[in-house]
Amino acid sequence: MSFTVRKDDRKGVLVVGVDGQLIVGNRHELKQKILDSLESGEKKFVIDFSRTGYIDSSGLGVLVSLSKKIGEAGGELRLAGLNEDLLTLFELTKLDTLFAIVESTDEALAAF
Amino acid sequence: MTVPFRLVVHRQDARPPASAGHAVQFFLRVPTELEVVEEAVDLVARHCVASGLTPRRARFHLRVMLAEALTNAIVYGNAMDPQKQVDVRVVLSEDIVTIHVQDEGNGFNPAQIPDPTEPDRVERIDGRGLFLIRQLADEVHFNERGNSICMIMRCA
Repeated sequence: MSFTVRKDDRKGVLVVGVDGQLIVGNRHELKQKILDSLESGEKKFVIDFSRTGYIDSSGLGVLVSLSKKIGEAGGELRLAGLNEDLLTLFELTKLDTLFAIVESTDEALAAF
Repeated sequence: MTVPFRLVVHRQDARPPASAGHAVQFFLRVPTELEVVEEAVDLVARHCVASGLTPRRARFHLRVMLAEALTNAIVYGNAMDPQKQVDVRVVLSEDIVTIHVQDEGNGFNPAQIPDPTEPDRVERIDGRGLFLIRQLADEVHFNERGNSICMIMRCA
């Protein structure tokens, strides 16, 4: 499991990819990467889940926390690339009402 | 320096439920470390590939349920005490996969866990683990003490 970070300079968006799982063992790593970037002045974020296996409730919790912190800093977070299984988790927990969820990173970038 | 650990699976014939025909069970002892959850989940899931669960349930639902149960056992049950262990027992029968996860804690009352989808709880960062287990499993049971969860998935 690992995280990839790239900057889309055209749109000024930081795209963070979750390769593997987003679970209790690595959630803090994702949180810290994004909080560090937020502190450095980044405001627009996409988390790309197109290479993600599964997410547990700790991972969902970190996304909620990041959404709040990014919002408080005047930024914006979009979630992209969720497959049917991952989307089910958001629907079951009603977190699909809390996040801006789009099909792909390209779509997320276009919406900024 | 952290000592590497090994997860060991023991297989033995299990006495199946009356309707279930032949069954096999295996056991796994998991240390109280959050870093091992992913590996433990993978190991169990690999042993359930031929269980008769649909690919989606074997690949995804089982992994999420078990990750939640192990995390709860480690964090809340064993309170992160490295002297304690979590025991996993899996029974594979012809049409049912049963996963027991037991910690060494004092147990809890699952009826007291609030619904995380209530409007005033949706934005909380925690409290979704047991809810997800209940949503993804066909049946969920606890022992009287509340330190052992039994998750049942039916092979459809």
